Amino acid sequence: MTSNDFFILLPEIIISLYAMLALVIFVYTGKDKHASLSIWLTSGVFLIVAAVVGLNDNTSSTAFNGMFIDDAFSRFVKVVILLAAAVVLVMGQDYAAKRDMLKFEYPLLVAFSVVGMMVMVSAGSLMTLYMGLELQSLALYVIAAFRRDSAKSTEAGLKYFVLGALSSGLLLYGSSLVYGFAGTVKFDGILEATGSGNLSMGLLLGLVFVISGLAFKVSAAPFHMWAPDVYEGAPTPVTAFFATAPKMAAMGLFARVVHDAFGGVVNEWQQIVAVLSIISMFLGAIAAIGQTDIKRLMAYSSIAHMGFALMGLASGTVFGVQAMLIYMTIYVSMNIGTFAFILSMERNGEPVSDLSALNMYSKQEPLKAICFLALMFSMAGVPPLIGFFGKFYVLRAAYEAGLAWLAIAGVIASVIGAFYYIRIVYLMYFGEEIEKLDVSGSRRLTAVLAISALLMISGTFFSLFGIESLASIAAGSLAN
Amino acid sequence: MIGLEHYLIVAAALFVIGIFGLFLNRKNIIILLMSIELMLLSVNINFVAFSAFLNDYVGQIFTLFVLTVAAAEAAIGLAILVCFFRNKGSIGVEDVNVMKG
Repeated sequence: MTSNDFFILLPEIIISLYAMLALVIFVYTGKDKHASLSIWLTSGVFLIVAAVVGLNDNTSSTAFNGMFIDDAFSRFVKVVILLAAAVVLVMGQDYAAKRDMLKFEYPLLVAFSVVGMMVMVSAGSLMTLYMGLELQSLALYVIAAFRRDSAKSTEAGLKYFVLGALSSGLLLYGSSLVYGFAGTVKFDGILEATGSGNLSMGLLLGLVFVISGLAFKVSAAPFHMWAPDVYEGAPTPVTAFFATAPKMAAMGLFARVVHDAFGGVVNEWQQIVAVLSIISMFLGAIAAIGQTDIKRLMAYSSIAHMGFALMGLASGTVFGVQAMLIYMTIYVSMNIGTFAFILSMERNGEPVSDLSALNMYSKQEPLKAICFLALMFSMAGVPPLIGFFGKFYVLRAAYEAGLAWLAIAGVIASVIGAFYYIRIVYLMYFGEEIEKLDVSGSRRLTAVLAISALLMISGTFFSLFGIESLASIAAGSLAN
Repeated sequence: MIGLEHYLIVAAALFVIGIFGLFLNRKNIIILLMSIELMLLSVNINFVAFSAFLNDYVGQIFTLFVLTVAAAEAAIGLAILVCFFRNKGSIGVEDVNVMKG
């Protein structure tokens, strides 16, 4: 009943209450004086909630008449989101302090968007989905424009806002059609209405709109145009956040919608998702080659990675969802390390995001260069590193589902994509001599980079730290 | 007799006008915000029409949520727009051009 419903929502409620209380308390007690405290507190709350969510091992339950689902799948995705958000927040502190953007609101806005993400992955109806998605997006629009005095940052915020609102509109229009033709907004009801295997025209149209709205959110091509500008324009700590937690949440939501609500008509959405996947992989791989800004390059890299994750989803099987979860977890851990490195790139105290600044970096800081090399090779999917296993799982899922052409395209795209990762390594080790980057003082960033690189290297020997079996349980708890 | 299709056609027309307003507009960012609002409102017509014809109140509740969120969204959009105006001194669409993409 109601008290039980609230108990199921406890993790979300804790974070929301914390964020609202902290907002009021900090406003009355000195505002930005407490900015660092705000960062540490928020990270701490994230970690505690991650523990609460992760250690909860009941099977699956629903709250509020099926509107909110708490199952192994949502818990897996939530733990990844919370851990990523906690690390990224702490990681960006030094950068923000140097650029006078250490404000107490920033971690709280991140907390609100994290609540939105948690609601998204637990959505049991189109209404919960929309509310979660908007809570997440509205907070993200604000933090994209967080440097109010910078033309680039506000422009990034504006672009993200306009295209994000467009994608919400598409998704909402799709939801209205699905509601009208299925007669319900609840996922289990939609699953029943589409269970016979044939989809009415209205439902098909609704499904296409919903999928395009979701593709916008995960920045899959051809709905990717906002990503490079937003990644480049937003302050780097914010970009680091964009590249990790929201991507995981949006992919989780994608899997939830196509399996929980449309699991009966796999054939209908399989082709759409496969086409999105193949376009994203190739566009990400080819368009990244000409980039000179490392943040822009990471945007294209994330588009390509989303293509691979969608490949797992396109297979339409439980193993495909498992492969997608493994891929996304690895992607998030790689990106945290990479952005720790990008955050530490500065020259004379000013942040640099130009690729050419990496020329001969290995001579300056050989250890950090080795760590970054491991990350780049892992992103490219070079075998002993765990990035390879992520790709291996999704390719296998696609192949086993009879999408051999997609798997072959994936291999080709990953070979093309390897070029620009390896070019970065080339610059670091065999580039020309140029004006050097500062030797970074931030021990925190170096530690995150080193840990992330260590995970990449050692993952193989510890059988991916057991995420395979966890992802398998999580995938199994989806309706189909 | 006005049937469900009529409402759906009106909503679809408004939605398409909204999308075209977003992409063909070369003048002013305020017009972008208005187009976004138009899209959300056309969705509301859809929801209310379906709700009435299905004899199901969920669509109307959804509409209330959409209206609330649309208001919050417009507030945030205008706030970002004000920051943008302070930096660039203009709200022309052509001036959104620091980054090429």
